[in-house]
Amino acid sequence: MATDPMTPTTGRTRLATTGARRATEAALMGGAGGDRLTGLIFQALLLLGLSVALLMLAALLIWSLVEGAPRLGLELLTNGPSTVRPSEAGFRTAILGTLLVVGGVVAVIVPVGVGAAIYLEEYANKERWWNRLIELNIQNLAGVPSIVFGILGLAFIVRGPLSLGFVAAAGSLTLALLVLPTVIIAAREALRAVPPSIRDGSLALGATRWQTIWRQTLPAALPGVLTGVILSIARATGEAAPLLLVGAVTFVTFNPSFFEGGYSVLPVQIFNYSSRPKEEFRVLAMAGVIVMLGLVLLLNSFAVWLRGRFERAW
Amino acid sequence: MTSIDSVASSARPKFPGRSLEASSPRWGEKAIFVFLALCGLLSVAVTTAIVISLLIPTIDFFRQVSFEAFFLDTVWAPRQATGRFGVWPIVVGTLNVVFWALLVAIPVGLASAIYLSEYASPRARRTIKPVLEVLAGVPTVAIGLFAFFAMTPAAAALLPFLDWSSLWSVGVAGVAVGLMTVPLVASISDDAMRAVPAALREGGYGLGANKLKVSMRIVFPAAVSGIVASIVLAGSRAVGETMVVLIAAGRTPALTIDPTKSVQTMTAYIAGTATGDIPTGTLDYNTIFAVGTLLFVATLTLNMFAIRLVRRFREVYE
Repeated sequence: MATDPMTPTTGRTRLATTGARRATEAALMGGAGGDRLTGLIFQALLLLGLSVALLMLAALLIWSLVEGAPRLGLELLTNGPSTVRPSEAGFRTAILGTLLVVGGVVAVIVPVGVGAAIYLEEYANKERWWNRLIELNIQNLAGVPSIVFGILGLAFIVRGPLSLGFVAAAGSLTLALLVLPTVIIAAREALRAVPPSIRDGSLALGATRWQTIWRQTLPAALPGVLTGVILSIARATGEAAPLLLVGAVTFVTFNPSFFEGGYSVLPVQIFNYSSRPKEEFRVLAMAGVIVMLGLVLLLNSFAVWLRGRFERAW
Repeated sequence: MTSIDSVASSARPKFPGRSLEASSPRWGEKAIFVFLALCGLLSVAVTTAIVISLLIPTIDFFRQVSFEAFFLDTVWAPRQATGRFGVWPIVVGTLNVVFWALLVAIPVGLASAIYLSEYASPRARRTIKPVLEVLAGVPTVAIGLFAFFAMTPAAAALLPFLDWSSLWSVGVAGVAVGLMTVPLVASISDDAMRAVPAALREGGYGLGANKLKVSMRIVFPAAVSGIVASIVLAGSRAVGETMVVLIAAGRTPALTIDPTKSVQTMTAYIAGTATGDIPTGTLDYNTIFAVGTLLFVATLTLNMFAIRLVRRFREVYE
């Protein structure tokens, strides 16, 4: 080979030309047959894995619809709970309780969550250790199990310093602390996406920092912030574990109020009905699942649509 | 020196009747800053509150129960007259759930992620990603009921050679938890793989590799820290899951690895006990907090590990 005048002699060029020759040969001759088969098998396996997840979701939704359909009706929303007569039981008090609790959650997370996000993005000096501690805390809190928030609520909000007792306000506060990291992270992403030129222009025209945030940055970031809030509402609507610890007592026949008395929420009521031995209670529980799934899926889809519709490319 | 100073001071422009300072002390701005800073500090306050609310009853608990009895005994029966406080049965229950959950979540989640990032068309991506997000948003009560009423009978029908005499099955509960965490694994791994620069892929294609080789030998190893982070986060989520295991895995602690048996996880113990009427300050009450501390420490460690991994893969390519 060294005697052939056309063959390159330096190692690097020899390597390059051999590689180029092989690649061209492979492209022109369609590649080895074995390669294509393994490629197809691999792609089939990937699709199989993906379809397991999608099929399970479909199975869950269809099964819930089939199981709960017999009891779907307006009396679900107007009847109170019953321990002995499943045909007359409904979810009225639970739905009212959910509305109260989730309303309280929104009232807390919007000012506090968006406020914390504004502080971290607009005011905080990232070099300082206390601001980094705040960021680290938020990331950690996002991963804490929901039942630990229930323990926090039991120790601090129901008993302990706040001593609110087993009331809907305690449930609201507990859930608000649970979803707060989600809202803060979503709001921060939204604020970060607003280009600095908007802020600089406003400041240059003489606005104060807060005027800039309130009139320019926050309205520009509003879709992202709203998406975070709606996703948190959807999450709070479906949470049962922390509320079990904070007194979402499952048998309330009176309409709940915010600061007094017992309360119940939809997921906990479903859980309670499902653990009763009578078959009719199970069907009732599944009807409740349909209502809850419908609500949660509606909220989630709305949030996703909102994010897609108002996404601005600056 | 003085001559330079006098030149400098005489060169500074003097505006008649106006200083460049702000015209008012802007108390409103300062008050708003204090409010926003307090909102930010709330997260630190919440973490501190969690730690305090867990630690004080736990210390109380360990004054009455020795460390050996908690960590070395193998029977968990705190409500009985001669209480046994060995925590291993409920820890093993949690580990069982995590094992089955990861056994499902890793292949399904990674397959979805590789398909979405390497093989799917942009339109397929736009349709499939929101559907996975829907799966992530399903309330855990619904998944628990599905696991207990639909999946367990189906598993009993598909695998009749196993012993299905128990109504509750930790294997089925674990698989349900795994399916629940698939969107988590899929979306973080997908982000990690998409963060790999296109130049690496194109270099692979240019050298004649096919899609399989590029995906598994170039993109996957480059994104491995993000992928491992997603698996660790899924494990942490499985450790902390309450409703699915409460409904589908049962409430009897058992030191077993048989997937068809009922076990009690740490979370199910806390949820099952704290809903009863236990007076504050008793030993039974304190067991809730002792188990809760163990749970909190476990998930905190897993999460911090995962956060560090995610930070590493985000820094390398940005």
